[in-house]
Amino acid sequence: MNSPVGHLPVTDGAAPVAGGGRPVPRRHGVFGRLLRRPSSLFGLLIIVLIVIAAVGAPLFAPWDPNEQSFDGLTIEGAPVPPSATYPFGTDLLGRDLLSRLLYGARTSLFIGIVANGIAVLIGATVGIVAGYAGGWLGAGLMRFTDLMMAFPALLLAIVLASIFQPSVWIVALVIAMVNWVQMARVIYTETRSLKEREFISAQIAIGSGRLRVLGRHVLPHLLSSIIVFGTLGISTTVLLEATLGYLGVGVQPPTPSWGNIIFENQTYFSSAPWLVFIPGALIVLLALAFNLVGDALRDVLDPTLKGRH
Amino acid sequence: MGGHVARRLLDSVLILLGVSFIAFLLLYLLPADPARQIAGRSATAQTVQNIREQLGLDLPLWQQYARYLGGLLQGDLGRSYLQRSQVSELVAARLPATLLLMAGAIACELVLGLTMGVIAALRRNSRTDSALMIVSFTTVSAPQFVVGILLLYVFAVQLQWFPIGGYGTWQHLVLPALTLGILGAGWYSRMMRSSMIDVLGQDFVRTANAKGLSRLRVLMRHVVPNALLPIIAMIGIDIGLFMSGIVVVESVFGWPGIGQLAWQAIQRVDIPIIMGVTLVSACAIVIGNLLADLIAPLIDPRIKLR
Repeated sequence: MNSPVGHLPVTDGAAPVAGGGRPVPRRHGVFGRLLRRPSSLFGLLIIVLIVIAAVGAPLFAPWDPNEQSFDGLTIEGAPVPPSATYPFGTDLLGRDLLSRLLYGARTSLFIGIVANGIAVLIGATVGIVAGYAGGWLGAGLMRFTDLMMAFPALLLAIVLASIFQPSVWIVALVIAMVNWVQMARVIYTETRSLKEREFISAQIAIGSGRLRVLGRHVLPHLLSSIIVFGTLGISTTVLLEATLGYLGVGVQPPTPSWGNIIFENQTYFSSAPWLVFIPGALIVLLALAFNLVGDALRDVLDPTLKGRH
Repeated sequence: MGGHVARRLLDSVLILLGVSFIAFLLLYLLPADPARQIAGRSATAQTVQNIREQLGLDLPLWQQYARYLGGLLQGDLGRSYLQRSQVSELVAARLPATLLLMAGAIACELVLGLTMGVIAALRRNSRTDSALMIVSFTTVSAPQFVVGILLLYVFAVQLQWFPIGGYGTWQHLVLPALTLGILGAGWYSRMMRSSMIDVLGQDFVRTANAKGLSRLRVLMRHVVPNALLPIIAMIGIDIGLFMSGIVVVESVFGWPGIGQLAWQAIQRVDIPIIMGVTLVSACAIVIGNLLADLIAPLIDPRIKLR
């Protein structure tokens, strides 16, 4: 049962691989085809830029993200608007917003990818086991999945996060706990229908072991769905992380995340709108980028998936 | 048909039971001591112990759950730990506001989403189409609170057309309903677009055009009603999505619904209220899915009951 695990990092690695390579469109390569569509090219570009910003945060940040500098607040104690010294202005405590956003990108990306990785792992495993093994185990697992679908997910995440004084890992785990269900449903349905197909029956008929058939014939067919829904899922986790942060139950300040930057500064949104709308725009951009790439991957990897959701 | 409905109803009840059990397990295993909370910091150990026994918190978990379930069957959601009232009364007092918001949100997202979808499908592969799809992709990728705060900033702070938050008049409803509506419109427009494109390619549309009906008449009488069929089932599922996001939008706009109730209860670890709201939301989700499943075959006989 460990074989799906080995394939999964592909999901999260998809973007960086494309970004690292030169944009030489190969005629049939997946990345070449992604690069030739304006929408997915835009998505990949955004992801690469945000990854660079997150990795190079210490290099690019003009200030220490937690430094409350001397001239960081006006004489009245209000945040400073964007200027040459503070490109995106300062926040409520006089810290440089750009530096906080750069370091916040690390939190958002990390949680987006780790939480989604765990969710994909759980979801795909549950879906494959339930679909392939069938029987009481399969029925039980899918019953549980149905049950989780009826659970108000965000409410659950908020309750869990507000109770366990959240660290980055806890937030990632909580998000994964509520987010694996979609993947489990998709993979279950697909495994079930694969199992009915002739080439699988033929493999079993010629005496291949069930695990061998699973690894050699079922999994490769599931891979494209896992990649597609895994990529789309990053966008959901990014949004969920931001929402938890905004409510103040996500990653705790002073560690910056794009959501908790908005949480800390929301009372000033009418007099210092940049404090809310710059991080807000970044959240939308990151989620949009993964949605665009995921959607394009869906068309490129498996044309029959299109519009099926 | 009757048997199918009965089976689905039974399924739903079982799912709700499961939800209640898992929620109970999670909430009652929390590292919080409700008895100490009720008694206050200065209470003696004896007082705390008395309260614990009074509430039955000293019983084993399964007995506590059985008691809770017994109450549930009589419509009793328990008593709030910190507010001196029944959870069912608190929820009932807040529910109308949430339902009003839901009605407003669904109206907004249908009007916006369907209009966008119809236009995009009719102008397929044009600039209008791609612009609309970019908009719908962006709204699908936007978190509720960002859209909510943006609308507040533009329409309440800058233009001052609508109040900045609160409840009471229709003006209060516009911005929160629009926030949810804009976000939902993204999904609806994409589905409506692809559904319209399917229908536009059907033979009966060609026939309708061939017999000389005006374009508008073909569109309104033949294309749109058929394209709407798969969308109607979505509304049921949408109720579920709505319920799980209600906490955020209500706290952005200070809307006094069950989301706010839950949020305040979460901050004070008032477990019976959290439990009550979770169950009410789960009910809404299950009923929404049930409606989607049962109504879809009624309006479109091609969808067979499983």
